[in-house]
Amino acid sequence: MTMSLSRRDFLKAGAGLIVEFQLAPYAYSQTPQTGAPPARPIDAWLAIDAEGQVTVFCGKVELGTGIETAMAQLVAEELDVAFPSVHLVMGDTARSVNQGPTVGSKTLQQGGPQLRRAAAEARLTLLAMAAEKLAVAAEQLRVADGVVSAPNGSQVSYAQLVGGKRFARTVGDTARLKSPADFRIVGREQARVDIPGKVTGSHNYLHDFRLAGMLHGRVIRPNAIGAKLKAVDEASVNSLPGNVRVVVKGNFVGVVAEREEQAIAAAAALKIVWTPPASGLPAMSELEATMRRTSAETQQMTAAGDVDAALKSAARTLTASYRTPYQSHGSIGPSCAVAEVKDGRLTVWSATQGSWMLAGNLATLLGLPPAAVRVIWMEGSGCYGHNGADDVAADAALLSQALSRPVRVQWMRSDEHGWDPKGPAMIVDLRGGLAADQRIVAWDYQVITPTHSSRPAGGAGGNLLAGLLQGMAPRLAMTGGNRNAPTNYQIPNHRVTVHWLKESVLRASALRGLGAPQNTFANESFIDELAAAAGADPIAFRLKHLAGDSRAIDLLAKVREISGWTPRPSPSTSPRKVSGPVLRGRGVAFARYENEFASAAVVVEVAVDRKSGMISVPKVHVAHDCGLIVNPDGLKNQIEGNIIQTLSRALKEQVTFDRNGVTSVDWVSYPILRFSEIPEDINIALLNHPEDVMYGAGEATAVTVFAAVANALFDATGVRLRSVPFTAADVLRELAHRKA
Amino acid sequence: MALKEVELLVNGERRQIAAEGDTPLLYALRNDLKYNGAKFGCGLAQCGACTVLIDGQPVRSCVTPIAGLAGRQITTLEGLGTREKPHPVQRAFIELQAAQCGYCSNGMIMATVALLAANPKPGDAEIRSALEGHLCRCGTHLRIIRAVRRAATLLAQEKQS
Repeated sequence: MTMSLSRRDFLKAGAGLIVEFQLAPYAYSQTPQTGAPPARPIDAWLAIDAEGQVTVFCGKVELGTGIETAMAQLVAEELDVAFPSVHLVMGDTARSVNQGPTVGSKTLQQGGPQLRRAAAEARLTLLAMAAEKLAVAAEQLRVADGVVSAPNGSQVSYAQLVGGKRFARTVGDTARLKSPADFRIVGREQARVDIPGKVTGSHNYLHDFRLAGMLHGRVIRPNAIGAKLKAVDEASVNSLPGNVRVVVKGNFVGVVAEREEQAIAAAAALKIVWTPPASGLPAMSELEATMRRTSAETQQMTAAGDVDAALKSAARTLTASYRTPYQSHGSIGPSCAVAEVKDGRLTVWSATQGSWMLAGNLATLLGLPPAAVRVIWMEGSGCYGHNGADDVAADAALLSQALSRPVRVQWMRSDEHGWDPKGPAMIVDLRGGLAADQRIVAWDYQVITPTHSSRPAGGAGGNLLAGLLQGMAPRLAMTGGNRNAPTNYQIPNHRVTVHWLKESVLRASALRGLGAPQNTFANESFIDELAAAAGADPIAFRLKHLAGDSRAIDLLAKVREISGWTPRPSPSTSPRKVSGPVLRGRGVAFARYENEFASAAVVVEVAVDRKSGMISVPKVHVAHDCGLIVNPDGLKNQIEGNIIQTLSRALKEQVTFDRNGVTSVDWVSYPILRFSEIPEDINIALLNHPEDVMYGAGEATAVTVFAAVANALFDATGVRLRSVPFTAADVLRELAHRKA
Repeated sequence: MALKEVELLVNGERRQIAAEGDTPLLYALRNDLKYNGAKFGCGLAQCGACTVLIDGQPVRSCVTPIAGLAGRQITTLEGLGTREKPHPVQRAFIELQAAQCGYCSNGMIMATVALLAANPKPGDAEIRSALEGHLCRCGTHLRIIRAVRRAATLLAQEKQS
């Protein structure tokens, strides 16, 4: 099945992004992106000081993925300066360019070309200045490490030309970007700039930021989702040390104290009476039934041929349903923010993914004009989507507004696990048909999903938890659940239907890949099921349906090679002949993120203990294509992280809840993969395409993992698991079922 | 209510702080002494992000009250080395780029220092076992394991020279 957008169309659209950025407003101000925008001066993007140090006012932020380093590489490359002289100011609404939120693996992909172009324009401007100064034609000048040289040996540095002064020139489209053949920084291993600080305790984490006179705050959430505040007994904390103050706004309750441990003690001691909600959450065992009867909006995403007729006339048909649970971000550091309301202005230090969007929503929440809110991004604990970072900023802002003092709030572990927006549960129903020639002739895909975003947007107070607790409405758009619902396989009769649930059992938002890992779980499991039905090797069967897609074919061929794949149908017949206790198998999955961007082909090896059902993953092989590679080791670090984190989601993770709310509120009730469970090796082959654009690599590999594990389990055991997470109990149950 | 003065011996220095005796060491280190290396992760001794060494042993500072620590040698991440002069374990983590967000790095490094002091040549299983109680969410485990092996080599070289 192909997407409506061809690769060629996409590349055109990609070029369009560059045009668009010149037209988009530049964001010195808090002004939202409306009205006729001024063209952006180079000075909005970068400055060079008298020492030749380059400051880049980057709208994208470091979430732990290494983009600070990669973006600096891009600028150093196009500007022709030494890498260490480039520094990024990220995500400050008063200083950085609004490049949109840092989401969806779009940092290098969309933000990178913008920085490259700004740097190239700056270089062109500097060359013109140097030509004048040295009285030599610009074409004859050479630049190295920020020093311009003429053929006669005369030199002038960038610092001498523009140090501390403004370029006073608009970023246009005159400058040509460097050809990849001339790269000396991009594409080379670059040690990450943040790691030395992180391992010595000197990195400037948000969590370590303090203001003079700052108070410590904690929040107390309702004892059930939807419960209403009946009474707060402030006297219950009056005698506690630390000048404890209680702040109540609707159902939002917070405490502040002078010391952090005092605020924690006060939050625990505060007596509150809640009125239970009229109806609680459904029982967990009723989740699927609840989702199937929840009112939905139906979207026909793609359709071709006559699916019903093709299913009817198919030589063989299969049906299957795949389920994925609510899952949590599980950042190791609970979300944190520092806020200061002063003279009618709010400044928030936050690890948000979208400083500008957050500023707009905070303005609504606090009743301030948008221009009176500044969000200054600082790096937090690892961010894998919309966790509590925005919500805690709202908490800190409300407390600071109430007390006219700077307030720092860090969520407790139970706040983060209990109340961060969750990656939502999904259900996929699939029907497929094989023709007599063992090709797929029909594919009918139906996905049931709530939206995967409740991020701050459109100034809606209800997109922040504290706003919701005050009865403010959220503004939600249906998004993310359809991501990678279509496949890239060629199937003559296909139909992809998305049923967007109007309600989510738990507050839902973006978690790494949004709906892509879940949809790919269904697609790549089902194609494996069809391959098994056809008696075909899983890789060969996929290749048969990818004719002409050379990049996909190359990836599958590469992963077949590096994993030592022996072509044969699944399940393996050999392991069951072995009388030993361990069943071994391998499974493959392929995905192109959003059907258009970075791609990964992954082979997972599993070992299953026949007696206990215990699953282990000794080895994973990845072939990866994200177009032009910027920092190969940084990329490998990302790919390894994608694999390990998603293995954790595949094997262990499920948010549990009762009628009142989330019950998996710590690392015991929401376990993640530990060192003893990590693969021995992740074997990576990077396929570089310098002729192509850069695609973000934060998610493509993660997308494949559920399916690759399920396919490997099937290969090893002959049983097909269709619900994430895959547990030892599932394996034992299905093995027993198969025997019976 | 007046807070008591408590003396702590941190990274070789005697420091006075005014806090209740049941204050977890983590907050005293971070908020009073501005040693930010140890991080709050769970407050439940489940994740390891707050690990410090007390008399050389790894301890979860989020559940360790400051009362009773008088005279004990507390070592934080900052007490190992600096950006300019990193400890061999820190150097190994930099060389092998064994971090993403780095929020868990403190615990990983402190646990490694303690492991290598007790067992200078740990095998793979011993490394995994020593770090089992430390959670990483970014998925840098394999790099961390390699960094521990590298740190063992660096420490051995340091001893020889």
